[in-house]
Amino acid sequence: MFIRENILLAIAGLKSNKMRSLLTMLGIIIGISSVIAIVSVGNSLTASFKTTMENFGASNIIVYVREKGSTSEGGGPPTFIGSGAATPSESDLLSENQIMAFEEHFADRIKTIGLVHNVGAAKVQDGHLYANVSIIGTNEGYKDTGNIKLTSGRYITDRDVKSSRKVAVVSDQLVSNLFSGNIDPIGKEIKAYGANSIDTYMIVGVYKYEASSFGPAIASAKDARTELYIPISAAKAASVNKNYQSLTITAKIDVDTAKFTTDIQTYMNTLYANNVKWEGSAMNMESTISTMTSFLNTISVGVAVIAAISLLVGGIGVMNIMLVSVTERTREIGTRKALGARSSYIKMQFIIEAVIICVIGGIIGVILGIILGSIGSAILKTAPSISISIIIISVLFSMAIGIFFGYYPASKAASLDPIEALRYE
Amino acid sequence: MNKESIIDMKNIVKNFFIGTPNEVHIIKSIDLNVKKGEFVSIIGASGSGKSTLMNIIGALDRPTSGTYTLDGISLEEMSDNELSDIRNKKIGFVFQTFNLIPRNSALKNVELPMLYAGMDKKTRIERARELLDLVGIGDRIHFMPNELSGGQKQRVAIARALANNPSIILADEPTGALDSQTGHLVVDLFHKIHKQEGKTIVLITHNKELASETQRIITLKDGIIVAQKCNASGFKKYQSGSAEEAAGENQCL
Repeated sequence: MFIRENILLAIAGLKSNKMRSLLTMLGIIIGISSVIAIVSVGNSLTASFKTTMENFGASNIIVYVREKGSTSEGGGPPTFIGSGAATPSESDLLSENQIMAFEEHFADRIKTIGLVHNVGAAKVQDGHLYANVSIIGTNEGYKDTGNIKLTSGRYITDRDVKSSRKVAVVSDQLVSNLFSGNIDPIGKEIKAYGANSIDTYMIVGVYKYEASSFGPAIASAKDARTELYIPISAAKAASVNKNYQSLTITAKIDVDTAKFTTDIQTYMNTLYANNVKWEGSAMNMESTISTMTSFLNTISVGVAVIAAISLLVGGIGVMNIMLVSVTERTREIGTRKALGARSSYIKMQFIIEAVIICVIGGIIGVILGIILGSIGSAILKTAPSISISIIIISVLFSMAIGIFFGYYPASKAASLDPIEALRYE
Repeated sequence: MNKESIIDMKNIVKNFFIGTPNEVHIIKSIDLNVKKGEFVSIIGASGSGKSTLMNIIGALDRPTSGTYTLDGISLEEMSDNELSDIRNKKIGFVFQTFNLIPRNSALKNVELPMLYAGMDKKTRIERARELLDLVGIGDRIHFMPNELSGGQKQRVAIARALANNPSIILADEPTGALDSQTGHLVVDLFHKIHKQEGKTIVLITHNKELASETQRIITLKDGIIVAQKCNASGFKKYQSGSAEEAAGENQCL
């Protein structure tokens, strides 16, 4: 029923009353923009958290030895544990034999076991060229568990570990720092200057370095501290501890990681049943991710409630202005009826007007929300993530608000007696 | 030879119920017959019931009793929507206060009744332009009501009243808000439309001077018609056509 004409009419009406229209829309604008902003910031946070976790190896199960009574349920990655706490003695840790027994026990479900030994920070230097590194001893399995993406060469092998060869897998960042473009770094020797040692390694492989969004901010990529992987036996050569505090397990495809984690925990409980002070703990990143996701969901629900209240208030504002508008335009309504407008046409005209106010408010809200979301993401240093579906839902929802809150004023307009309306001063 | 009736009212009564036991008899009993092509005026003092009668003629209000046939169609049993359609197609309203739709150009105002009639855009614009030319403001079709003078507004209103080629033009004090000179120009326009388009015009006014220029003057008092005067002499000055035509037009009941 004359939808096009009514839309044009409504827009003309809004234009002639800009300030009032804007104030009317404000509730809708605030409601919609806060939804869009929070959802996009939440989405981008979740997405970047997930990527980070996946780089850690989200489907990995981490087993680590910790002090009994340690309450950090779910904990953090093993590298964060034990700082400042008691140091386990050699017998409290997992020996190579224990690991082998463990691997055999779960042979049907384990794909690889990654072992890590942190050596520490070092600087690789060649004349005035340098690169910051952290030296990490690993085994062959760490290629999978650590999610290492090689660009050339090979990773540390079991043979390297067995014979404690002085080989290293370095980042592409290190290569670009130390070698000019056309030199193949494979087979080249590098010198790593540690806190109290200088070691020479031969490069056997290069991996792709990805800056973690949760890492410390670094002024330039050149100074980024990248990992330098060496055979774990070589790393442990200088260390007193020969046993392992933690191991990372990559499960075979189709294995239920949650169930597997529980089973490993049971195994570890048996293994440490007689240890008074220490216990073996198993966890996987998926539970951490779901904790984070549910936390974000809780925030989202809170914001959704606030947005819903704002939209309700906005809708009431629209209804109020529509009622004022109906009263103001009583004569116009009378005239339209005299000219042959049926009541339903008048009703349609006012509903469309309310819908236009709400939809324009909604669109402004969406734009504002995208801007706010982008600013929020920029502050949190995550990539903004705006879903088309939430935009469409927002606009449709504001349309629904227009229909809902416009219906009563429109009915009032439609039911006006034309004679009374024409006489209205 | 009687021409066909456009308005045929018999025994029209209108009471307003303002709470028991008070009932106000605004129109006591009116018989009114207006022939096709007639230009009649209805005069009367305030409270004589002329506005109520106009509302009934214009299908805005229903009589308490009596029969009303407009252009051969009986309006008694009609639904509100049907009455809307009657107003849209059979009646052209001209109001004292012009009642143009604000924020709509002259053209859009004239288009409006045609829009409600479901006419397509092209036909609407074409017809609206023609009508605005006819009333003499073809050069201001895109002006907004607040950019037009009173006389110009009333011209737009008259063009709008003609939009759906109605059976009657119903003008309620069309010069009431205009100065006498502009008012005269508007009255001249009614006469032009009456003569050129052969429209039936019912003019409601309390201005005796205006009424004296119409074919027939109907005087209302206290809800009844107290006088009907054939007014050939006063009307004659607008008949510049041939003598026979003038004689034919001047035929009164």
